[in-house]
Amino acid sequence: MRRLHRFHGGLKLEDHKAISTARPIEPLPLPSELVVPLAQHIGAAAKPLVSPGERVLKGQLIGLPEGYVSCGVHAPTSGRVLAVEPRRVPHPSGLSDLCVVIEPDGQERWVEREPIDYLNADPSEVRNRIRQAGLAGLGGAVFPSFIKLNPGANTVRTLVVNGAECEPYITCDDMLMRARAPDIVAGIEIARHLLGAIEVLIGIEDNKPEAIAAMRTAVQAGGHAFEIVPVPSIYPAGGEKQLLYTLTGLEVPSGKRPHDIGLACFNVGSLYALARAVLHGEPLISRITTITGNVDEPRNVEALIGTPVANLVAAGRPRPDTDAYVMGGPMMGFVLPGPDVPVVKATNCVIARSPALFPPLPAPMPCIRCGRCAEVCPARLAPMDLYAFAKSQNFGKAQEYSLFDCIECGCCSAVCPSHIPLVDYYRYAKSEIWARERERKAADLARRRHEFRLARLAREQQERARRLAEKTGGTSQASPDREAILAAIEQAKSRKARPAAETVEQGEVR
Amino acid sequence: MMSAPFVSLAGSVQGVMLRVLVALVPAIAVHVWLYGPGVLIQLAVASAVALATEALMLKLRGSPVAPFLSDLSALVTAWLLALSLPSLAPWWLVAVGTAFAIAVAKHLYGGLGNNLFNPAMVGYCVLIISFPAHMTRWPAPVALPGPDLGWIEAAAFIFFGDLPAGAALDALTAATPLDVVKTQLAANRTLTEILGQPVGHAVPDGSVWLALAYAAGGLFLLQQRVITWHVPVAYLAALAVVAGLFHAADADRYAGPLFHLTYGASVIGAFFILTDPVSGPTTPIGKLLFAASAAALTYLIRVFGGYPDGVAFAVLIMNMAVPLIDAYTQLPVYGKKPPGSGGAP
Ligand code: SF4
Ligand code: SF4
Repeated sequence: MRRLHRFHGGLKLEDHKAISTARPIEPLPLPSELVVPLAQHIGAAAKPLVSPGERVLKGQLIGLPEGYVSCGVHAPTSGRVLAVEPRRVPHPSGLSDLCVVIEPDGQERWVEREPIDYLNADPSEVRNRIRQAGLAGLGGAVFPSFIKLNPGANTVRTLVVNGAECEPYITCDDMLMRARAPDIVAGIEIARHLLGAIEVLIGIEDNKPEAIAAMRTAVQAGGHAFEIVPVPSIYPAGGEKQLLYTLTGLEVPSGKRPHDIGLACFNVGSLYALARAVLHGEPLISRITTITGNVDEPRNVEALIGTPVANLVAAGRPRPDTDAYVMGGPMMGFVLPGPDVPVVKATNCVIARSPALFPPLPAPMPCIRCGRCAEVCPARLAPMDLYAFAKSQNFGKAQEYSLFDCIECGCCSAVCPSHIPLVDYYRYAKSEIWARERERKAADLARRRHEFRLARLAREQQERARRLAEKTGGTSQASPDREAILAAIEQAKSRKARPAAETVEQGEVR
Repeated sequence: MMSAPFVSLAGSVQGVMLRVLVALVPAIAVHVWLYGPGVLIQLAVASAVALATEALMLKLRGSPVAPFLSDLSALVTAWLLALSLPSLAPWWLVAVGTAFAIAVAKHLYGGLGNNLFNPAMVGYCVLIISFPAHMTRWPAPVALPGPDLGWIEAAAFIFFGDLPAGAALDALTAATPLDVVKTQLAANRTLTEILGQPVGHAVPDGSVWLALAYAAGGLFLLQQRVITWHVPVAYLAALAVVAGLFHAADADRYAGPLFHLTYGASVIGAFFILTDPVSGPTTPIGKLLFAASAAALTYLIRVFGGYPDGVAFAVLIMNMAVPLIDAYTQLPVYGKKPPGSGGAP
């Protein structure tokens, strides 16, 4: 029996999972229009490869990865490109982003699918194919998978498979493990191979006995030595850092990645997608999504990426008093700007919301420093202090108190007797700090450009003087004294640049 | 709610305060049994003054009155103060103390959640400094012979200073055990003599029951997760250790741990006063440090200081140290454990 490590804090939550596990995963009917955002992963958006009017095949690459942290985007079905234009995307801000809008032709004609011979191919080639195939973490963070499959200079000893799925209501991973365990296990083996990991630990929350059983059977059938470890259902047991700690007792150092301590962590959905991509040549064009909450038929469906949320939730038959849709779980999810936004790679769950389901909280009261928030914080932060700093705009102090180690799990907000929306304050503080950082960088850049321009002007002036001297005097004396020029440049620089530098500094201390 | 988390497992500030009030009920019952109904009158006066002062201050500060008045925090302050005062103290004493606690110690610092000092203890200290004579006039407990005051007589005495016919003030009141020991020791008697005397007021009396009643309330608060174990355990343990050390050094001059745990405000302090979240530390180690230091101070003030008990002063002194304690006792943030302390190998 493996010794488990209990992470700090966390909460016992009512899981509300049974409601959406009664029915098997079903495919969703083709919608009349698919809206595929080009930025679905963390990192740079993909570059559109198609233009309106063009015909596309199912699985055809329509967005080319750009930059390192980026991966491909594909047509979820065959049809015609209606538009490449900004559309509202699933983001709390309600922002628009460039999307490829496709009208399905209903024929589901595939591009040619090429499985990847991962055992015999060069690992970097395999990773490149995975990048092209658009694989990104499906647990919610959507980090491009090929990067996580690259150990770089590190040795990854242990591969941790995340089947914990700790947020209430969400059951897509649970249902995937129950129904498609052999594929997941195949995916695990591919990841293990690419990483060169010696040990594989599959962490599944103990409230999913069927999933545990199915995975056990599949691991045995595959003849693997992967270890299945039931972990206690304590939210956020499925947080990457929490799961790694629970299973290995190791903490990922702040600001580092699991690779740096010889670990890698993949969500079961991502590994399933990996198996489909490698063994069947299928890019990531669909995912399992839970529809639950204020609906008559909570369930899990296999939805094409790009399906409007309205079509998705129709399968669950939302009740009339539904007032909004939440993407993700009740602890970390967000309210969608509208039912028109599409399902994306990150859409693990959509909860129909009603006032009865998530009753509004009373108005916030002052913090009474009861310390409940600190007791439950899995990052061992001092949430009440972070709140005080964020509220008083003391961002430097908030950073000093490790604001950026907050995983936004929501535990602190959930237990606050004063009903203070603590996480909102942290999000606000983080975005302010980022904004200031960007401003500072921009100011820096402007200052450098300015200096460069001054130097150029000074040089041109000197050269003009030299040419003039050559023309008029025509003597050998004309060759300018380099030292003098440089001195002049320096002078100009320090004279002109000082005010700019001062403003920047003021910007920093503010 | 527009943003996550959409679930709340929390009660409310009101719920927290209500539990504290409920937890005080057993001790109030023992109070009444020991010292007569006077304590209920004090509680009533303190509550009324607290609510009125709170409402007035909220109005003056331009805060919404209703939600804050119903948070019950003013009542907690009022009750803790009233229970610390002699139950036959004149009404204006409790009124002045309560008004000061709420208006100055709480609202001038910014109201709920912002006070640096425990308001009830501020009120207590103001009273004991300003009116020391009134503050030591505790009624004689039932265990001692003396006239018992009923409702009417108690009210008459508290409000008008009228004594029942034939009763003398001295017969009504008695020095507390801490007081007796202190004055008798000063008169060069040994502890064995003082405590062995049947007529001495320091004979074991209802104080033990009172301490047990507070402890029962405290356990309820622990079970309800309103407080954590750190403060009460550290406070009572440290008090016992300090008292034990002195006692071991000179048993004739220094009373033992049991004496210090049962008499005075030790137990109410441990469970109800030092656990005040607003003016106490928030980190586990901070709580231990805070409570243990307060225990040592309590002992020193009790034994060597000029006041009958040391809890209130100890609390206020330690309140001053809270920001420092909090700053230096933060838990190691996940992934930021100092190297070589069991983090990444
Ligand atoms: S839980 Fe709320 S009231 Fe309690 S310390 Fe944290 S922020 Fe303050
Ligand atoms: S949201 Fe951040 S501060 Fe709050 S409990 Fe989670 S990690 Fe801690």
